[in-house]
Amino acid sequence: MSGLTEQPTEQLSAQGPTRGDELSGMYGPENKADVVIIGAGPAGLSAATELRRCGVQSVVVLDREPVAGGIPRHCDHYPYGLREFSRLLRGPAYARRLVVAALAAGVRIHTGVSIQSLTIGPVLTVTSDAGVRVVHARRVLIATGARETSRAARFIGGTKPGGVVSTGALQGLVHLEGINPFRAPVVLGTELVSFSALLTCRHLGIRPVAMIEPGASTTAFWPARWLPRILGIPLLLKTELLTIEGESTVSGVTIRRPNGDIERLNADGVIVSGHFRPESAILARSHIELDRHTGGPVVDQFGRCSDPDFFAAGNLLRPVETAGWSWQEGKAVGHAIAQSLQGKLPSPATGIAVELAGRSLKYVVPQRIVPTDVPPALDSFQFRVSHKAQGRLCLSINGTRKTVKSLSTVPERRIRVPLTVLPRSPSGTATFELVESDR
Amino acid sequence: MSTDHRSSQFDIAVIGAGVIGCAIARQFTLEGARVVVIEKAPDILDGASKANSAILHTGFDAPPGSIEASCVAAGHAEYLKIHERLGLPLIKSGALVIAWTESEEQRLPMLMERARENGVEDVQLLSAGQTHELEPELAEHAKASFIVPREYVIDPWSAPYGYLLQGLANGAVIKRNCEVKGGCFDGVRWKLDTVQGQISATTVINAAGLYGDIIDQKLTGSTRFSIKPRKGQFIVYDKPASALVKHILLPVPNDVTKGVVICRTAYGNLLVGPTAEAQDDRVNAALSETAMTALRQRGEEILPALADHDVTAVYAGLRPATEFKDYQIHAHEGLNYITVGGIRSTGLSSALGTAKLIYQRYLESGEAFQPPATIHWPKVSNIAENYPRDWQCEGNQGIVCHCELVTRREITEALEGPLAVRSIGGLKRRTRATMGRCQGFYCSAELAKMTQPYFDAAGSTVRSHVGAN
Ligand SMILES: Cc1cc2nc3c(=O)[nH]c(=O)nc-3n(C[C@H](O)[C@H](O)[C@H](O)COP(=O)(O)OP(=O)(O)OC[C@H]3O[C@@H](n4cnc5c(N)ncnc54)[C@H](O)[C@@H]3O)c2cc1C
Ligand SMILES: Cc1cc2nc3c(=O)[nH]c(=O)nc-3n(C[C@H](O)[C@H](O)[C@H](O)COP(=O)(O)OP(=O)(O)OC[C@H]3O[C@@H](n4cnc5c(N)ncnc54)[C@H](O)[C@@H]3O)c2cc1C
Repeated sequence: MSGLTEQPTEQLSAQGPTRGDELSGMYGPENKADVVIIGAGPAGLSAATELRRCGVQSVVVLDREPVAGGIPRHCDHYPYGLREFSRLLRGPAYARRLVVAALAAGVRIHTGVSIQSLTIGPVLTVTSDAGVRVVHARRVLIATGARETSRAARFIGGTKPGGVVSTGALQGLVHLEGINPFRAPVVLGTELVSFSALLTCRHLGIRPVAMIEPGASTTAFWPARWLPRILGIPLLLKTELLTIEGESTVSGVTIRRPNGDIERLNADGVIVSGHFRPESAILARSHIELDRHTGGPVVDQFGRCSDPDFFAAGNLLRPVETAGWSWQEGKAVGHAIAQSLQGKLPSPATGIAVELAGRSLKYVVPQRIVPTDVPPALDSFQFRVSHKAQGRLCLSINGTRKTVKSLSTVPERRIRVPLTVLPRSPSGTATFELVESDR
Repeated sequence: MSTDHRSSQFDIAVIGAGVIGCAIARQFTLEGARVVVIEKAPDILDGASKANSAILHTGFDAPPGSIEASCVAAGHAEYLKIHERLGLPLIKSGALVIAWTESEEQRLPMLMERARENGVEDVQLLSAGQTHELEPELAEHAKASFIVPREYVIDPWSAPYGYLLQGLANGAVIKRNCEVKGGCFDGVRWKLDTVQGQISATTVINAAGLYGDIIDQKLTGSTRFSIKPRKGQFIVYDKPASALVKHILLPVPNDVTKGVVICRTAYGNLLVGPTAEAQDDRVNAALSETAMTALRQRGEEILPALADHDVTAVYAGLRPATEFKDYQIHAHEGLNYITVGGIRSTGLSSALGTAKLIYQRYLESGEAFQPPATIHWPKVSNIAENYPRDWQCEGNQGIVCHCELVTRREITEALEGPLAVRSIGGLKRRTRATMGRCQGFYCSAELAKMTQPYFDAAGSTVRSHVGAN
């Protein structure tokens, strides 16, 4: 792969991804494939490439966007690609590389195709310029990623002027369309993506007025905290965004400071960042079981859903991880799908449920474990906490409780525990709980 | 009276393109009048009509004998008659008026009696058991209810849009971005001063909604009512929540408000609201976190399963309420001027009926027109969930807004044609673009690009049409 340049070549675009209108032409009138992958982001593309590498014949990736590559396509900044290509890349270059790798492996990619429903079979209905079609597969991988929580869902008061955007929308505007939506916005949130928003602003000479965080410290790791300082942007901790004001465009915001004072800031935009949630709308209207903690599907250690013909990987599993992590997960789940086609995966019927007790743990993935010697695709339990917490992470099986590890952590920090903490043939239910120590 | 459709001399000038103005424009045009609709906003439905509960009321709880009661009954009947020809959706949900306390339960018979007085004969009392049988997700403490079978859900935007579109197809004229600043009547005709110059018409109809009293003052020098806007905030749940109920769930109303309603929307969501908050501001419909949180809580008290569902959108509207309970409809003798004001909480339902009433009032002092030989029936592109949508059809050019399944072809069509949208708000109401669960995360960039040439030409800045959520 390293011989490929970062720019797509003429030749590549000529044989590149096709739009949905060519869908039936590309894989026969029956619309059939061995594996259909929904979502051409890092997870979907790496799974597809891996499936071809494992010898699976027809692997088709469908994406509703006009261009394949997923979210990184409009994140025109570093760091991407270290894990995958051992190189520091900007998002768009990284996205192109993923697409090139998949095409070179013989994956077919169709863009402009939106998946509408998933049914037993597996059968998908898709829509594109050509109208509604039915697609059959032997296995389906769902890798539809995650998105940020909107202003509306956060109940931020005030009027509804133009100029209130998520980071995703901002990056799309700036990097895909060259549109500059404001000059002096406030940024709400301090997840990693919020710092991406700062970089995006800098790109166009937009000067954020302030970065606002309700919590006592930034959500993202400490190096990020220096960024606003370097850029000269005030970071207001323990501060709430109360209302957004303005008629056609934002004219200001009101905030509540740590001492209870209510202040007004002049601003002409608001970037409402972070609070990711899985893009699981198609699952919510399907027969596939959703996990109310992650908002994504319930999966076993192979990324297999409650209907074992469907698999899931990437940020759909849980919000939110980096591109490299999602890519790695896609690759591993792709491998598991190839094994499943060869009948090598254990029956899902024998699995045990993995559950959470208490309120400190926000989610766990995977949520089911099937006893087997087949190496897992997801080799560790992934957790997040819902608030700053310290204590012992405990595991109970059939009434026996043991401490797995001690933790001192804050929200949005990656917590991993190897699957091997489970006994070899577990039965019943495995329940994790964070027992907080008194402080 | 002039029926020369080439002349710029209008028979009727309707001030305001809310649902009431749109319905009046349609009515008079179909009667043969040369109509101009004058609207100050960049697009239609920018006032009270942009944000309501979208219920097609029967008028069962209106004050018996009121103008409102008769207009709502007539409007309901007319909507049923014409909605299919105009391509307007109808969700035949029916409503349950639910008593949650003993004192509310005691009021049910009185309310049913009033319903019958209003000609809504098909109401029926239901025990707690029967109520839960119809709505299994309802909280246990519901005491009893009565059903109003013909309360329905409609699309609050396609309906007025369809009325005006039919007016335009039959010769009416719309002027947007055209605030009426004043005017005078010379004994024969009105000359209205607008920001786009003078507009002349024989008769003026004031359908200025939240500004009805101000327009009366400006044009006639006096007014018989004053608008006291009543804000209503709503929260809208994501589509899966709409499976939780079949009927519109109404509380037992009090004198001020119909109370917090839970109902499905034509777009397949579920809404909870509105609040009723008096305010002076006629523009600002600000949302408050406290109210939204209270609505969420009230919603969960009525339908406990809502706790597991996501809120997708929030909005607020202003009712053009006055010091009077009833609509304020006044024909000003010798002035060729009719006020249609104070159409507070039922205007969407009553619009077609109100328009008929206004035409009758007009006939009492003016002459009849010559109706056109053929009447055109344009069809509105459907944006309701349970009817065929463009994304299901060939040649739709792909989806732009993925949450609401809005196609590129739908957006292009909304940006062109006789009633082309001229603001992001207009585009949202016409197509639902960006109104879904992601609120523009995915499609803002694409939409900004698509609308830029159209909106910039109309004098709006790119900033005002980016991410207005
Ligand atoms: C603003 C921002 C900045 C970021 N910065 C960084 C960074 O600097 N470094 C880093 O490592 N990570 C970063 N990330 C995270 C990274 O982009 C994600 O981890 C990664 O993209 C996840 O990959 P994925 O394949 O799971 O999903 P995605 O990349 O989200 O891809 C999902 C794909 O599925 C498609 N899709 C969804 N639903 C459907 C449907 N119904 N039908 C058809 N197609 C569908 C979408 O169009 C999309 O292309 C950032 C994310 C954001 C939002
Ligand atoms: C919270 C809420 C819930 C409701 N629920 C329902 C319901 O479920 N069912 C129902 O039937 N009804 C409902 N309603 C009521 C309904 O929405 C109103 O009755 C209706 O919208 C009033 O319409 P209108 O045309 O009179 O006013 P508006 O929509 O305000 O129209 C007036 C127009 O005049 C324009 N205008 C003003 N001044 C000028 C000027 N000087 N020059 C030019 N143009 C001018 C304005 O810009 C505006 O577009 C609800 C209302 C609210 C607020």
